[in-house]
Amino acid sequence: MTYIPHSPKERDAMLATIGVKSLADLFQAVPAEYRFPGLNIPPALTEMEAADELAGLADANSTAGDDLISFLGAGAYRHYIPAAVDHILQRGEFYTAYTPYQPEISQGTLQSIFEYQSLMANLTGMEVSNDSHYDGATAAAEAVNMAVANFRGKRGKIIVSPTVNPQYRATIRTYTRGMGLTLLGDDPNADLYAGPEALENLIDNDTALVIVQYPDFFGRLNDFTGFIAKVHEKGALVCVAVNPTALALFKTPGEMGADIVVGEGQPLGIPLSFGGPYLGFFTTRKQFVHKMSGRLVGETVDSRGQRAYVLTLTAREQHIKRERATSNICTNQGLMALGAAVYLSLLGKSGLRQVAELCYHKAHYAAEQIAKIPGFGTCFTEPFFHEFAMCGPAPVAEINAFLLEYGIIGGYDLGQDYPSLKDHMLIAVTEMNAKEEIDTLVEALREFAGEVDNA
Amino acid sequence: MPEMTLQPEKTATVVEPTVFELSSPGRTGITFPEPDVPFTDLPLDLLRSNLPLPELAEVDVIRHYLRLSKFNYSVDDGFYPLGSCTMKYNPKINEDTARLQGFAGAHPLQPIETVQGALALMYQLQEWLKEISGFTEVTLQPAAGAHGELTGVLIMRAYHQSRGDHKRVKMLIPDSAHGTNPASSGVTGLQVVQIPSDTRGNVDLAALKSACDDTVAGIMLTNPNTLGMFDENVVEVCRIVHACGGVVYGDGANLNALLGIVRPAELGIDLMHFNLHKTFSTPHGGGGPGSGPVGVAAHLADFLPAPLIGIVEEENEEEDIPPLYGFVTPAKSIGRMKAFHGHFGMHVRAFTYIAMHGAEGLRDISEYAVLNANYIQARIKDVYHVPYDRICMHEFVAEGQFEGSSVRALDIAKRLMDYRFHPPTNYFPLIVHEALMIEPTETENKGTLDAFADALIKIAEEAKTQPELVKSAPHTTPFGRMDEVKAARELVLCCWLPEDYGDE
Repeated sequence: MTYIPHSPKERDAMLATIGVKSLADLFQAVPAEYRFPGLNIPPALTEMEAADELAGLADANSTAGDDLISFLGAGAYRHYIPAAVDHILQRGEFYTAYTPYQPEISQGTLQSIFEYQSLMANLTGMEVSNDSHYDGATAAAEAVNMAVANFRGKRGKIIVSPTVNPQYRATIRTYTRGMGLTLLGDDPNADLYAGPEALENLIDNDTALVIVQYPDFFGRLNDFTGFIAKVHEKGALVCVAVNPTALALFKTPGEMGADIVVGEGQPLGIPLSFGGPYLGFFTTRKQFVHKMSGRLVGETVDSRGQRAYVLTLTAREQHIKRERATSNICTNQGLMALGAAVYLSLLGKSGLRQVAELCYHKAHYAAEQIAKIPGFGTCFTEPFFHEFAMCGPAPVAEINAFLLEYGIIGGYDLGQDYPSLKDHMLIAVTEMNAKEEIDTLVEALREFAGEVDNA
Repeated sequence: MPEMTLQPEKTATVVEPTVFELSSPGRTGITFPEPDVPFTDLPLDLLRSNLPLPELAEVDVIRHYLRLSKFNYSVDDGFYPLGSCTMKYNPKINEDTARLQGFAGAHPLQPIETVQGALALMYQLQEWLKEISGFTEVTLQPAAGAHGELTGVLIMRAYHQSRGDHKRVKMLIPDSAHGTNPASSGVTGLQVVQIPSDTRGNVDLAALKSACDDTVAGIMLTNPNTLGMFDENVVEVCRIVHACGGVVYGDGANLNALLGIVRPAELGIDLMHFNLHKTFSTPHGGGGPGSGPVGVAAHLADFLPAPLIGIVEEENEEEDIPPLYGFVTPAKSIGRMKAFHGHFGMHVRAFTYIAMHGAEGLRDISEYAVLNANYIQARIKDVYHVPYDRICMHEFVAEGQFEGSSVRALDIAKRLMDYRFHPPTNYFPLIVHEALMIEPTETENKGTLDAFADALIKIAEEAKTQPELVKSAPHTTPFGRMDEVKAARELVLCCWLPEDYGDE
C-alpha cells in the first residue's frame, strides 16, 4: 500500500491544470536511456503483512528483558525507562515537526530544548549546553573542532587518553583526517594502570585539547582536578567524556575545572535500539559559546510580550557560515534530547540518585562475588561506578560462549581493543540486573572455572 | 501596551513555566525499588554535594509537555510544504515496528548469533538502497544527511590519496546545491569553488569546464537541485568532472523525486547519501534523529566507513541453515563515523516503509510528489513570479515579492500560519530573490493543495490591499514574531532552580 491519497479523477484534473497528458510526461528532463529503470524490489506488503514480517525479524533477536540476562555496557546501558517518556515522544506534535525554524509555531520544541540545555548544564556542572550531537563519539569529535577553532588553528596537538571509549577514539581519528592535527596518547599499548598523570609529559604549548573519560572505559573514577589544573598551566583545554548517570552521585567535571563535557545521553531514557538513535550531549563554559557547534536555543520575548524561545547565535552554523563553519551539523537528535529532558524531569534529583546508587551497589556486589571465584579477579583498584574490568582464566570469547548457553550475555571483550587485556572482560551492572541475575552469572562463572580446573 | 517598561524581560508573560519553575522540594515522578544487594560504601571524597535537578510528579511532567506539544505545528497537524525537507506523512506502523522489543531492546554489542533479525534487516535495507540508487555498496552508519556528506567527502579524499594524488584541494559546488555542502567540504580542509547556474537552472557547463583541472577533488551536485530542476545536462556534468580526475558526489536529499525514475549511479554519480528522514518517511523529530546512509560505486567501496553488514557464513540450503549476518570492514576504510552501527531505529522504519511500497509503490511516490509540486506551481505562477519556469521535480521556487508592495517572503511565510499552513522554506536557495521554496510531497490530496494555493493567492492580494496585515502576521498563532536580537544579545541559554528553592 502507499500513502498517496489521489483518486484517478483528481490526478487527471491536476495533469490537465499542469498541461501534460500523463505522469510520465513530467520526467522529460531525465535522460531517456536511464528513465524508469524498473526496480527489483519485492511486491508491496499490506500493513498487516508488514507488521507480521517485522515481528518475525524482531523475534529472531534475543534480548535482555526478553529471554536473556545481560552484563554488556561499554558505552550503551540498559536502564528502566518510565512509561511516561515514550508517551510524550509519541505525540505527533513533537515527532512529526521539523527543526524549529518558525518559532511562532514551534514553541513546544524550542522550550523543551531550552529545558534540556538547562538540565544538562545542571547535571554536568557547566554553564551552557547545545541542543545535541549525533552521539557521544561525535560529540567528542566536535570538542576537537571547538578547541581547534578556539586557538584559531594555532595549536595543533590533540591528546586523547587511551582509556577513552575505543569507538570515540576511532571516531575522533576519522573526523580529524585532513585537518593536519597530531593525535597523541591514543595508544592501546600504553600502561593502562597509570593514572591521567601519564599524559602530562605529552602536553605542551602546542596542545589544543586533552580528552579524558569519567568514569573511564574501564569504569574507574578519577578526580581530575589536579590534572586539569596542570593542563591549564599549558594553556590547553580539557574535555571530559562522562556517563550521565554517574553524575547523579559523583563530583562533576565542572567542579574539577573542565572546559568541555561531552557524553552519550542514551542512559537517560533512550532505548538500546541496537546502537541508535542515541544522544550526544555537549556542555561548556559560557566563554566558549561562540566557538561551540550545534544548535542553541535562547530565551527572548515575542511581539505580544510573552516569554518565548528561539534558535540563537545561528551565525556560527553551517547554513550561514558555509565553508568557514567549524562543523557541518544540521539535523541533530532533537527528539532524543526531548526524551532525556522528560526522563530527567520525571526522575528529578531523588530518582536519578536512586538509579545511580542501585547501579553502584549492584556492580560492587557483582565484583565482590566474582573476585571470590578461583581464577577470576577484578584488575583495577580505583573506585568504580557501575562497570568494572574482570580478568579470567581463559579468553573472553570462550567464557562468553559458555555463558550464552546459560542465557547470559557476558561482558565486553577488552582484548579487542587492548592487546594487554586479552583475558579481560568489561562487566556492566545496572538497576535492571536483579540480584538473582548476578548470582546466576557468578554461578555460571564458577562452573566455568571448575571446568577449566578439571581440563 | 500601557504596562510596557524599560525592562521588558521582567514583565514578559510566562505562558508555560519551565520544569525548574514547576519544581517543588520533595516531589518525584518515579521511585525505584530498594537495593536487593548489600550496600557498599561510597567514595566520600568523590561525591558531588548537590544535584540541582527539578522535582515534579508524573502528572506535572505529563501536563507540562502536553501543553508544550500544543504550541507546535507538525505534519500530523497539517500541510508542511517546507522545501528541501520532504515533510511527508510519517506512517504510524513505522513507530510500532521500531519499538518491537526484539529491536528496541537489542544491545549494539551483543554476539551476532543473538541479533540475526536486526542484522538481516540492515543487510536487506542496504540491498534495497543499492537497487534504488544503482550503487555497488551502501553503509548505514551516518547519522544524518550532513553526516553522510562528511562521510562522502572523507571517502573522496581517501580515494585520491590512495592513488598518490595529493594535489586535489578544491571542491566544486554549484550555487543551486544544498546549504550543508560548503561546510561539509570546508571542515575537511577543502577549498570551495562555486559554480553558477545557467538560465534554465542547470549547472553552467562553460563555467564548470573552466573550473576543472587536476586540483579538483570533485563536485557536490544536488540533483534535482534546490530550484527543483532536474539538471538536463547531468550526464555531461559528470563526464566533465570525471575527465579532470574528479569524483561526483550526489546530494541525495532530493531523492524523493527519483525513486524508480532514474538510478543516480547510472547518470555517472560516484557516491551519494540518502536521507531516510526525508525520502523514506522516518519522522524529523523536531530536528532529528535523521539517518544518512551513503552509497558508492565499485571504485570507492573499499573506503567506506566500518563496519558494514555482510554475510559472514553463506547459507547452506541442503542442511537448511540460513546465512549468518555479521560485520565486515572494508579494506581501506576511512574508519568509524560514529559509535556503533548507525540509527538502527530509523533503519527499521525505512525498511517497513519500503517493504510496504514495493517497486511500483516507490515509483508512485516520486510521480505523485512531482505531480503535486507542478500542480501548485501551475496554480500560483500567474501571481508569484517563478524564475525558472519549466516542469519542476518534487519542489519549485517562487519569488515572495510584488511590484509596488513592501511585503517580503518572510511576511508571506508568517501570514501562511494564519491560514493554518506551515510556511515553505524561505530565503533559500540564495540565487532567487525572496525565495519561497515549496515542496508538497506525495501524501497531500488535491483539496489541501488547492487550499494552500488559494491562501497564497489571497495573501498576494492582501500584500497589495492590506500590507500591514501581512507584515505583522501571524495573528492567530499562540506566539507572535520573536525578538531575535534580544536573544542573541542577552544569551539566556539555561535556567536554574530559584536561589530560594530551599531544599538543602
